[in-house]
Amino acid sequence: MSAWWAMGQQRVEIHKLRQGENLILGFSIGGGIDQDPSQNPFSEDKTDKGIYVTRVSEGGPAEIAGLQIGDKIMQVNGWDMTMVTHDQARKRLTKRSEEVVRLLVTRQSLQKAVQQSMLS
Amino acid sequence: MVGIQEDEEMDSLGFRVTVGGSVPGEDCRWLSAWGGLSVAQCLGRTVGGSVPGEDCRWLSAWRGLSVAQCLGRTVGGSVPGEDCRWLSAWGGLSVAQCLARTVGGSVPGEDCRWLSAWRGLSVAGFSLRQAHPSSKIESLRVTVDFLKVPLGLKKPVLKEVAVGPPKRPQPAALERYKARRSDAMDTESQYSGYSYKSGHSRSSRKHRDRRDRHRSKSRDGSRGDKSVTIQAPGEPLLDNESTRGDERDDNWGETTTVVTGTSEHSISHDDLTRIAKDMEDSVPLDCSRHLGVAVGATLALLSFLTPLAFLLLPPLLWREELEPCGTACEGLFISVAFKLLILLLGSWALFFRRPKASLPRVFVLRALLMVLVFLLVVSYWLFYGVRILDARERSYQGVVQFAVSLVDALLFVHYLAVVLLELRQLQPQFTLKVVRSTDGASRFYNVGHLSIQRVAVWILEKYYHDFPVYNPALLNLPKSVLAKKVSGFKVYSLGEENSTNNSTGQSRAVIAAAARRRDNSHNEYYYEEAEHERRVRKRRARLVVAVEEAFTHIKRLQEEEQKNPREVMDPREAAQAIFASMARAMQKYLRTTKQQPYHTMESILQHLEFCITHDMTPKAFLERYLAAGPTIQYHKERWLAKQWTLVSEEPVTNGLKDGIVFLLKRQDFSLVVSTKKVPFFKLSEEFVDPKSHKFVMRLQSETSV
Repeated sequence: MSAWWAMGQQRVEIHKLRQGENLILGFSIGGGIDQDPSQNPFSEDKTDKGIYVTRVSEGGPAEIAGLQIGDKIMQVNGWDMTMVTHDQARKRLTKRSEEVVRLLVTRQSLQKAVQQSMLS
Repeated sequence: MVGIQEDEEMDSLGFRVTVGGSVPGEDCRWLSAWGGLSVAQCLGRTVGGSVPGEDCRWLSAWRGLSVAQCLGRTVGGSVPGEDCRWLSAWGGLSVAQCLARTVGGSVPGEDCRWLSAWRGLSVAGFSLRQAHPSSKIESLRVTVDFLKVPLGLKKPVLKEVAVGPPKRPQPAALERYKARRSDAMDTESQYSGYSYKSGHSRSSRKHRDRRDRHRSKSRDGSRGDKSVTIQAPGEPLLDNESTRGDERDDNWGETTTVVTGTSEHSISHDDLTRIAKDMEDSVPLDCSRHLGVAVGATLALLSFLTPLAFLLLPPLLWREELEPCGTACEGLFISVAFKLLILLLGSWALFFRRPKASLPRVFVLRALLMVLVFLLVVSYWLFYGVRILDARERSYQGVVQFAVSLVDALLFVHYLAVVLLELRQLQPQFTLKVVRSTDGASRFYNVGHLSIQRVAVWILEKYYHDFPVYNPALLNLPKSVLAKKVSGFKVYSLGEENSTNNSTGQSRAVIAAAARRRDNSHNEYYYEEAEHERRVRKRRARLVVAVEEAFTHIKRLQEEEQKNPREVMDPREAAQAIFASMARAMQKYLRTTKQQPYHTMESILQHLEFCITHDMTPKAFLERYLAAGPTIQYHKERWLAKQWTLVSEEPVTNGLKDGIVFLLKRQDFSLVVSTKKVPFFKLSEEFVDPKSHKFVMRLQSETSV
C-alpha cells in the first residue's frame, strides 16, 4: 500500500464540465455544520458534521475522476471542508473562476481497511 | 445672607483657599465643587470681604476661568449682592459692558433679567440693597477698562462705557432698533414696560454697532487690497475674530449676522410683507366674481319659479274653458310640490356656499351647467308659450304633466351637477408632489380629475394645515460659514484687451480656481450645526423645567373649598401670575430657534390662559412652541395671505394630466407642484387551499454541484 492509502485518503481531480453558462461537477453534497448530522446515512460517526458525497451522476466529471458516493470531502483546492456550512461548501466547489477542483476525500472502505490492517 | 462662618486655610478637598489675590493656575471649578455653599462661605474664602446672599454657581458658570480672572472680572472691589448669572445670560459680554449697564444706581427700564434671579425684586429694591459707593466703583471700573485700550479690540466698546451711567442712549437705540427689525415682542414690551425685553434691544444694538464697526473696518482693509490677488483660505479677517470671540454660547441666535445681502438701511422682510398686504387689501372688489354669482342666482330662481308659473297661468287666463282637474291631476300636484321641495333643499345644500377662492378663469363645469339649465328652461318656455298659451290648451292635466316633467328634468340636472362638481374629483387619479421652493418642505397628495385652477385651490387649502410655517430666518447659512467665501479671486489680464472673450474666460477661471482651492467651510458648517443643536437642546431643557415649575404654582379652585375672594383669580390673572417665572426661558428658547417673530407676548399669554382654562398639562402648553406648526396656527392676519399667483404653461382650465408642472407664487416663496399619474394596478388572484399548508423539518439538505 502506498503512503496515502494508509491514511485512508484519496485525491480526486475533477475537471468541470461546461453546460451552457454553468460549470458542473456532477455530484451532490450533503452535510455541514449548520445541518443535522444524525440524518447522514454515510457517516460512521453520527456527530460528524462534515461534507459528504450523497450522489454521483452517471457519466459526469465526478464519476470519471473517481469520486464515489459516501466519500467525505476534507479539502477542496486546499480549502478546508470539515468545518464549513453547507452553503460555504457549495460555494467553494462552484467557483466560476476554477475549471479544475482537486478534492481530498476519505472513504469508509479505505478507513475500514486501514483499521483492520492496524489491528491485525 | 448674614452670618459668615469661620473658614480654614485648607478646605476639605485640600485646595489652598484663595485669598483676595490671584492664585495662578487655579480653576473656578473647585468653587463649584463646593456644591452650593453659601456665598458667604465661598467668598469668605476668595475675597477678603463679606458679600451676603451670593451663590457660588455664578463662578462655575464661567467654565474654567482661573480664579484670578474670575476675581478680576467681578471686582473692582466687592460688588455686594450681584449675581453673575446675568453675565452669562447676556451672552458673554465683557464685564465692563455689563457693569456699565447695571450699575450707577437705579436705571429705570433696564434689563431686569438678572434681577429676576433675585426673585422679582424691582430695580428700586436692588438699588437699596446696593452699597452706597456705586459711583466710586463705577469710576474704578472705568479706569480698569481704560487699561484695556492698547489691545485695540476693546476700544470701540470703551465708547459706550465712557459715556457714563447718567446718559440714556436707550431711547434712540430702541427706535433705531425698531425700524430695523420689527420684532413684535419688542414693540409690545415698549408699551407694557416689561423691562426684561429691553435688554434684547440693547444687546442687538451692541451687535449692530459691532457690525457697523466690522463693516467700516473691512472697508478700510479693502482699500489696501488692490495688490493682493489671492487670499489664503484659512486667514480670517481680524474682525471676525473679535466678533466671534465674545459671542459665545447662549445668545448665538441673537447676535449672529445672517448674510442676506441687504444693507442695514433697507427695509426688513417684515416691512415688505406689510406693505404688500396693504396693497392687496386696497384692491377694489372683484366685480366679475359677483357677476357670476348673480347670474347663477337669477337663473336658479327663474328655473324654480317656472313650474309654478306653468301651473298657475292657465287658471288665471282661461279658467272657463279649462277642464276640471281630476283625481290623477290632483295627485300630480302633490308630486310637483314635493319635488320642488327636494329641489330646493338640494340646491341649498350644494350651491349655497361661500366661495372658497376666486379663480383666474371661468369655472368651466359650472358655466356648462348654467348654460344647460338656461337652455332647458328656455326651450320649455318656448314650447309652453307656443303650444299651450297660444292654443289655449283645454286639458289641464296635460299642463300639469308638462310642469311635472320640467321639475323632473331640473332634478336630473341637479344630479348631473352633483356628479360633475362633487363626485368626479373624489376618485384619486393623480399624485401631486408639492415642494416649497425656499426650504424644500414637501408633501404628496392624491387628487382626482380636476382642472388646474381647482387643483391649485385644493392644494392651498392643504398647504395651510400641512406645511410648517415659512420662517425666513432659518434659510441662510450662518455668517461664520460663509465668511470664508467672501475672500475671492481677482483676475488680471496681461496683454491686449479683448473684453468679450475675457469676461467668460475670467469667470470660468475664477470658478475653477475656487473649486480647486481647499474649502473647509463644510467643517465649519458641521460644527456650527452641532453647536446650535446643543444650544437648542439646552434651552429647551431649561424651558421645559421652567414651565413645569410654573404650572405647579396654580391649581383649580374646587367647589368645596372656600377661599378669600381676593385670592381667587380668573384664568387671565392666573396666566399673568405664572408667566413671569417662565418668560425668560421662553424668550431665550424662541430666540435660539428663531421663532420670536411668530409669538408675541400677548399671544403667549393668551395661549397660557387657554391651556389653564382647559386643564392642560405643561407639555400640552409647550407643544405649540417646541415644533414649528402649520401656518394656520399663527396669528391670522399676519400669516394668512390671500393673494396667490398661479403660474402655468398650460391653460389653467385644462384638466390635470401626467407630467404637468405649475407654480403657486407668493412674494417670498413659491410652491412647485408636479403631477404624476397613479399607476394602473394589475391585480391577480391566487387561490391557496388551507389544507395545502404542510411543513417538514429541514434536516439534511442536499445540493447538487
